[in-house]
Amino acid sequence: MGSYDYRHYCYRRPPELEGKSVRRPVVIVGAGMAGPTLALGLALRGVPSVVLDEDDTVSVGSRSICQAKQSLEVWDRFGVAGRMVEKGIVWEQGEVFLRDTPIYGFSLQPEPHHKFPAFVNLQQYYVEEFLFERCLAEPLIEFRFRNKVVGVQPAAEGVTVEVETQDGRYTLEADWLVACDGAHSAVRHLMALPYPGEVFRDQFLITDIRFKGDLPKKRRFWFYPPFHPTNSVLLHRQADDVIRIDFQLGPEADAEEEKKPENVDRRLRQMFGPDARWEHEWTSVYTFSCRMFVHGRVIFAGDAAHIVSPFGARGGNGAIGDVDNLAWKLALVAGGQAPESLLDSYDHERRAAARENIRQSTRSTDFITPKFPASRAFRDATLALARDFPFARALINSGRLSTPTSHSASPIDTADTDNDWVRGPGPGCAMLDGPVAGNGDGWLIDRLGNDFSVLSFCERAGDRAPLSLPADVAGLLIAGDGAVAPSGWTVLRDCEDVLRQRYDARAGTTYLIRPDRYVAGRWRRFDTAAVDEALRRAGGHA
Amino acid sequence: MPDIPTGALRRTLNLARPDDVYTAIVDAHKGLSDEQVRAFDARLVLLLANHIGDEATIREALAAARATLDGGFLAG
Repeated sequence: MGSYDYRHYCYRRPPELEGKSVRRPVVIVGAGMAGPTLALGLALRGVPSVVLDEDDTVSVGSRSICQAKQSLEVWDRFGVAGRMVEKGIVWEQGEVFLRDTPIYGFSLQPEPHHKFPAFVNLQQYYVEEFLFERCLAEPLIEFRFRNKVVGVQPAAEGVTVEVETQDGRYTLEADWLVACDGAHSAVRHLMALPYPGEVFRDQFLITDIRFKGDLPKKRRFWFYPPFHPTNSVLLHRQADDVIRIDFQLGPEADAEEEKKPENVDRRLRQMFGPDARWEHEWTSVYTFSCRMFVHGRVIFAGDAAHIVSPFGARGGNGAIGDVDNLAWKLALVAGGQAPESLLDSYDHERRAAARENIRQSTRSTDFITPKFPASRAFRDATLALARDFPFARALINSGRLSTPTSHSASPIDTADTDNDWVRGPGPGCAMLDGPVAGNGDGWLIDRLGNDFSVLSFCERAGDRAPLSLPADVAGLLIAGDGAVAPSGWTVLRDCEDVLRQRYDARAGTTYLIRPDRYVAGRWRRFDTAAVDEALRRAGGHA
Repeated sequence: MPDIPTGALRRTLNLARPDDVYTAIVDAHKGLSDEQVRAFDARLVLLLANHIGDEATIREALAAARATLDGGFLAG
């Protein structure tokens, strides 16, 4: 491989092999993108964890490259998103071609005033490297490379984990085990759990090349291009002048033959013409499936819990959504501040998210690779109408790109009681960012606490607090110029006049925002009793 | 491509959940033979034409479908 220098992280002889064994609150299996993100989320709340990985380096190959806004917002809380944005390729435009003609262009972030862009393309190995470095500097996180899980015995009160190293086997006792060990999860295999789902037969050739020349910072998708007339092609820019190209091959292609450099070169030559120059980085042929699974004292997250097709960047970003949902709940349960039943809401909410991601990515897959003749006829009719009929462009589904999923009827959210909301994120929806001023200009997401936050709107703040809040809840008051901060509250100005819009706010409007930045409840008036009750419910004490 | 007349036929998106409607239409064809697909689509067109009611709109849609078939990107 060329542009990236794979570092090998240190193996250390585990203390358990010297007979020093301590029960751990949380053991995480898998140091990909999800495992370290969960470990950092737990550490932020004071909960230590051990991360086991059978390997000693980052992702081989660029794999999950499209890092969505909501994932960047999670990583920003650990101080690593800035590096990712700086290193990666920011893109917000997509282009769809039919044959050699552009028929549809889209912008992923149609409105300004957000701290992070809709997407940053960055190879998974960089994302993992930045997360690993941050984890290794964190005293509450213990990384164990080349520690392979070979046995899992779940019990009512915890889990016994058998681990193999070059120096022998040892046993770890944990209150909770979280499997973030990917699509081929060892934990799932060891527990002999089935993994039902739909398997797609179409094969895709995926190749990363270092490209010498200029390409626009856009996602480009071709149906029936002249250089690959029978199928589709997808192109993404990445860091270090690396580009990713996906060629749809169909179910009958010979994967080994297709992967040979001379055959990849032939395809690339047809695509880029006789003068183009490139170097190979990584090539793979993949098929995919859509599966789903979640379980009890052993918790599954990311690809170990559900698999989606790659169209829409929902794999990696869905995994980050999982662990961000889990981190604060597991921290409360592990710390004895919430009942175990709080974790039922993880299952409920992320099952809904997985269903949504699977549904969306399956639809994209069905559009790109129609399964039966009538389906292909409708797909081709949509493409044929797209030039003259804007409605048909909206139906072209080359991947509906990942946005934060919503869940409804969660046991820990509080349903709306006021019925005059016309917009704004309701219970179960992700909160919305926006610019604020007050103690310097910045972004709303930077002013929220690591625990619960209350966001209230008023005309003029005075000395009197709009609500009385528990000490660990951050109170943010959006008020006009010259407002005085009541004790325990931070006053912010809606400096670009977008937050009132985004939150459908008027004087008295109050949102309760969870630690994972989802809305737990909202009201049209300051009502301490209602917020208290919603807080109790959100903490699993309903 | 022949010109498609512009008149009453709506060209911009008129569906609140376009992907849902598209999927419903495609899925309704699942498992049908080629002959059944033709029969199904004929029924569907007649039902929708009656619902639309306006003859000018229907004629314009017929012309548009025909025009993209004859001269369109994916003709034949």
